[in-house]
Amino acid sequence: MSAISEAASAPQPIRQPVWRRLLGFNLLTAVILGVGGYYLGWWIGHLINGPSFEYESATDENDVALLLGYIFGVVGFLVGLGFANYPISRLLGRPASLREKESEGIGRYFGLCTDHKVVGMQYLVGIGVFFFVGGLNAMLIRAELLRPVPTLVGPSQYLSLVGMHGSMMMGMMTSGILGPFANYFVPIMIGARRMAFPRIESLTFWLLMAAGFILVSTIFFGGFPTGWTGYAPLNEQAVMGMDSYIVFFGLVGISMCLLGLNMMATIITMRAPGMTWSRLPIFVWSVFATAILMVLAAPMLIATLAMAALDRTINTSFFVVGGGGSAYLFENLFWFFGHPEVYVLALPGFGIVLELLPVFTRKPLWGYRLAVSGMLGVTLLSFFVWQHHLFVSGINADLRPFYMLSTEIISIPTGFIFLCVIGTLWKARIWFSVPMLFVLAWVFNFLIGGLSGVALSDVPTDVGLHGSFFVMAHFHYTIMGGLIFSFFAAIYYWVPKMTGLRFNEMLAKWHFWLMFISFNSTFLPLFVLGLKGMPRRVSTYEPSLQGLNVWVSISAFVLGFSMLIFLFNVVYSLIFVRKPAEANPWHSKSIEWQLPTPIPVNNFEQIPVFDSDPYDYGTPLQLDGGGGGQPATAGA
Amino acid sequence: MSLLAKKVLGVSLATALVGALIGLYVAAWATSQPPTIVATSAPPSSGGDRLTLMTVPAIGPKYSPTHPDWVSYLIRKNGKWVHSTIYTVPANSIIHVTIYQYDSPTGLRNPYLSQVQGTIGGTMTVDGKTVNSIPPEETSHTFVIPELGVFIPLPGVSEEAKNPCEFAPCEGADTRTVTFSFYSGKKGRYHWQCFVPCAAGFINGLGGPMQTVGYMDGFLNVV
Amino acid sequence: MSSSQAAEPHGGGGEPNHAVRFAVLWVVVTVIALPVVIFVIGPLLGPGNGSEQSGAQGTDYTVLATVATPVLTLVVLYLLYAVTFFRQPKGAALEGPAIRGDARVQTTWIIITSLLVLGLAAFGTVRLETNYGSGSGSGPSPLTVPKGPKLPVQVIAQQWLFTYRYPTYGGVETRQLYLPKGEMVELHVTSIDVIHSFWAYKLGVKADANPGVDNVAFVRPTKLMSFGVRCAELCGVWHGYMYNNENRVVTPAAFLAWIHAQQKRLAPATKVLPPYAKTYIPEPSRRGE
Repeated sequence: MSAISEAASAPQPIRQPVWRRLLGFNLLTAVILGVGGYYLGWWIGHLINGPSFEYESATDENDVALLLGYIFGVVGFLVGLGFANYPISRLLGRPASLREKESEGIGRYFGLCTDHKVVGMQYLVGIGVFFFVGGLNAMLIRAELLRPVPTLVGPSQYLSLVGMHGSMMMGMMTSGILGPFANYFVPIMIGARRMAFPRIESLTFWLLMAAGFILVSTIFFGGFPTGWTGYAPLNEQAVMGMDSYIVFFGLVGISMCLLGLNMMATIITMRAPGMTWSRLPIFVWSVFATAILMVLAAPMLIATLAMAALDRTINTSFFVVGGGGSAYLFENLFWFFGHPEVYVLALPGFGIVLELLPVFTRKPLWGYRLAVSGMLGVTLLSFFVWQHHLFVSGINADLRPFYMLSTEIISIPTGFIFLCVIGTLWKARIWFSVPMLFVLAWVFNFLIGGLSGVALSDVPTDVGLHGSFFVMAHFHYTIMGGLIFSFFAAIYYWVPKMTGLRFNEMLAKWHFWLMFISFNSTFLPLFVLGLKGMPRRVSTYEPSLQGLNVWVSISAFVLGFSMLIFLFNVVYSLIFVRKPAEANPWHSKSIEWQLPTPIPVNNFEQIPVFDSDPYDYGTPLQLDGGGGGQPATAGA
Repeated sequence: MSLLAKKVLGVSLATALVGALIGLYVAAWATSQPPTIVATSAPPSSGGDRLTLMTVPAIGPKYSPTHPDWVSYLIRKNGKWVHSTIYTVPANSIIHVTIYQYDSPTGLRNPYLSQVQGTIGGTMTVDGKTVNSIPPEETSHTFVIPELGVFIPLPGVSEEAKNPCEFAPCEGADTRTVTFSFYSGKKGRYHWQCFVPCAAGFINGLGGPMQTVGYMDGFLNVV
Repeated sequence: MSSSQAAEPHGGGGEPNHAVRFAVLWVVVTVIALPVVIFVIGPLLGPGNGSEQSGAQGTDYTVLATVATPVLTLVVLYLLYAVTFFRQPKGAALEGPAIRGDARVQTTWIIITSLLVLGLAAFGTVRLETNYGSGSGSGPSPLTVPKGPKLPVQVIAQQWLFTYRYPTYGGVETRQLYLPKGEMVELHVTSIDVIHSFWAYKLGVKADANPGVDNVAFVRPTKLMSFGVRCAELCGVWHGYMYNNENRVVTPAAFLAWIHAQQKRLAPATKVLPPYAKTYIPEPSRRGE
C-alpha cells in the first residue's frame, strides 16, 4: 500500500522491493482476485443450483452460477484494487489513509487513485478503448448489411453485435464526457482541490471497466438477442449471455448513480469563495444537470435489471404474463430510465459547446441564464416523456396526447441552447481551430437530430417511423452527432492541458472533415431508408433498398477510418513527436488554463477567489498575429 | 525518444496487438456457423433431391459438449448423421424430405400449425399413412419454411414407448417417420424453424435451441 | 456593457447591417424552399395512399416538414452566414463585441417556439383522434372508435410468424391477411409469447403485439394492392425474417370468395383451434417444463 496520510503529503514515496509492489493493492492483485472471485461464485452457483455438479458445470446453462460468478468477480476485483481498505480500517478504528497513490509515477494510473486528474485520464483512455470496441461492432453490422440476406454473420451473432454496439455506446459513453472531463476539470473550474468523494470517484471508473469487460464476455456465453433495450420477456428466453448484459448495465447504473452523486456533492459544497451559482462555468452547470438525471434515473435501471435477473434465476414473474406479471412493466421501467439516459448523453454536449464557443468567438457567452434554464428545463421535462417510446404499444393510449405535448415542449428548452449558440456567434470573431470545427458541426448535427425528433414525437407520423431506421438515424444524430462530436471537441480542446502535449493539427483537421462528411453521408440516407419502411435490428431487408444500404455501409467504413486517423494522431503526436503545448494555446480565460502544466496534485497553492464568470471576453486584447490559425502566445 | 515514450510506445503496441487479436476473435465468432449440407440427389424418376433429417430429444455430449440436453435436428450425409441445420437444395425442383422423429410430444402453442400446408398434394405420410393434419397436442416438433409456405407438424413418439431415444444419434430407437415433398421455387436464402415450445428449461419453451441456428432452426439455401 | 464600439474590426468602413441582410436572406431562401417542401418532398415522405390512415399520415408528414423548413433554413443559413462574415481576420486576434444577451430577442424566441410547439401538439392530437388512432395500436379500448360496421380481424404474433383470425367467419385462422377495400377494419393485435410489432407499411398501421394484451388499430384500405407485413419490434433470432409479402387488399366480393375458400381448406386446423378470445396465454407459461 502506497497510501500516504494527509499530514505527510510530501511526494516522497518509499521504494519497496518489486515483489512487494506487485502484491500490493494494484491492477495485478485486482485481476487475480477478480478471476478467483469469478470461479468461486461459479462454483457456488453450480453447487446450489445444479442437479449434478459434474453435469451442470459441463454445460453453459446455469444463470445462477454466471451471475454469482460475475458478482463475486467484481467484488474480488474491487477488493484487489484496495477499495475495502478504507472502510475496514475505519471499522477497526485504525487511522485510515485519506489519499491513495497520488504521488506515485505512472503506476498511479493503474489502480485506485484519489487524484481527480488521474481518474480523468483513466476515464479518457478506458472509455476510449470501449468506444473503439463498440465501433468495431458497428463496422461488422454494416458489413453484414451490404447484402439484403444474411451471409456474413450468423443471425444470433448479428443480434448480439447490435446489442453489444448499443449497450457499449449507451452504457460506457454515458460517462463519455462526465468521466474524463468533468472529473478532471469540474473541481478546478470551481476552485476545489479534489472531488467531494475521491474514493467513490475512483470506484465509478473501475466499476465501469469491470462492466465493459463483462459485456464483452457475453460472446463466450452465446451473446444476447435483445438489443440494448433488453425487453422482457425476450430477455427471459435468452441464453446465459443475457446475464452479461444484466450485470453490465447494473454496474453501469451503479457507476452512473455514484458519479452523479459525487458531482452534485462537489458542485454544491466545494465551490471556492466567489464562485456563486451565477458565475459557475456553463460546463459545470451542464454537469450538474446531468448529475441530477443520473442520480434519479439510474436506480430505476438497477431495480429493473434486478427484477429481470430474479425472473431468470429464481422463477419470479415480474415480467411473465402467465405468472401475473406484465411485459409493459419492463418497458415502462426501462424507459423511465432510458429517456433521461438519452439526455444524460446530450446535456454534457450542450455544456461543452457553450463552454468552448466564447473562447473561439472571443465573445462572452450570450444568454447565460437562458442556457442554464434550458439545461434545467430539459432535466425536469425528461422525466415526463418516457412513454413516447411506447406510442404504438397500446399502453395508456388515452395519455398519448399528454406525452406528445410533453415531448414537444422539451424542444423549447433545447431551443434555448440553440439561441445561445446563435447569440454567441453574432458578430463574433470565429477562430476556426479544430475544437471549434467540432462545435460548429455539433450545431448542424443536433439541429438535424432535433428536427427529426419532432416527427417522432407526433403520434400519427411516429406510427410509420417507430422501430424503423428513421429512429436509428435520429438518435445517432443526437448521440453521435451531439455527444461524440462534443467529446472530440473536448479532447482537442483540453488534452493539450491534460498531457502538456499538442496534437498534429493537419491530422486533426483531416480527422474532422472526414468524420463530419462521412457521418452525414452515413446517417442522412438512413432517414430515407426508415421512411421507406426498413426496420431496425434486422439483417434482412427489401432487395430494392440494397443500393442505399451499400452507400451507407461504405460511408460507415470511411467514418471508421476517420477514427483510425484520430488514433494515429494520438500515437503520433502524444507518443512520438511529443511537442509541448503552450500553457494557454486558446487564450482562454477559464481558470484551468491559468494553472501550470502539468497541474499540481493539489491544483492550487491557494484556493482562488472568483469575482466574475470565465467569459470575460470582448475587451480589446493586444496579441501578435500568429499567422494561420494559431495566434502566438501572449503570456496567459 | 525518452524512456517514458519507449515504455508508452511498447504498451501501445502491445495493446494494439491484443486489440487486433480480440478483433479477429470477435470476427471469427460472429461469422461462425454450422456447415452447409447439400441435399443428396434422389432417383431421376422422382424429379428432385432428397433431404433426410432426424429430430432428437437431446443432442448428446458427442455432438455438443456445451449443450448436451438441447433438442436438435440432424441431417444424414453420406450415411452419417451430421449436426447442422443449414441445407442447400436446387431451385425449381421437387424436394423429397424424410424426417425420423424420436422425441415425445409437447403440443403446439398455436394449434393452427397442426395442419399440413404447402406440400405437394397438401399432405404428408406418417409411418406410411397419408394425413393432412395431426392432433395439435401430439405434435413434437414442426418443420416450417414460412417464406415458402411449407408447414409440417411432426407427431411425437408415445410416452409409453418401450425403447425411447435418450440422445443422438437415435437410430434403432422407437420413431415416427414422416415423409413429404415440396416444390423449392425460386432462388433465395430462406429460414426454417420449429414452432413447438420444445426448449426444456426456457420460458415458454422458446429459448435456447429454439433460437440457435444448428438446433431447432436453420437456413434453406435454394440455389 | 456594450463595448462593441471598441471591438469594431473594419475600422471606419462601417459594418453592414447584418440583421437586415440575414433576415432578407432567410426569408428569400425559405420562400423558395417552402413550395419545394410542400409539393415535392412532402408527398414523398409518407407511406402512400394505401389506406385512409396512411394518406392522413402523408398529410401530417408534409405539415411537419413545412413547419420544420423555416427552422432548418434559419439555423443552417445562420451557420453559413456566421462562418462567412463573422470570421477572425487572417493573422489577427481580435475580440468580439461583449454582448451578454438581449431580453427582447430572448422573449421573442421563447414566445415563438412555445407557440410553434403548442400548435404542433394540438395539431397532432386532433389528427390522432379524428383519424381513430391514425393506424396506431391504441390499446384495448381506444379513445375514438369509428361509427358503422367494422370487420374484426385478429392478428396473432408468435416467434416468428403472424397469423390472422377472422372471428366473424367461423374464427378461421390464415397465414395471409386479406382485407376488403373500402371497409373499416378493426385489427386486434396480440401475441402468444414475446413482444412483437405488427407493421403493415403500405396501410400505415403499426401496433405492438404484447402477450396478454388486445391492442386495437383501425384502418380503412382504399386501394387494391398487395402489401407486406413485417415485425417492427426485436423479437428474437428470426426477427428479420418475420415478414410476409403475400397479403392483399381485394374487392369485397373477392374477399368473400377468398375467405370461404380458406374456411374450406383450413377446416382441419379451424376445428382444433381454441375458441376465439381477445388474448391467449398458452401453456406452458412459466420457465421450466
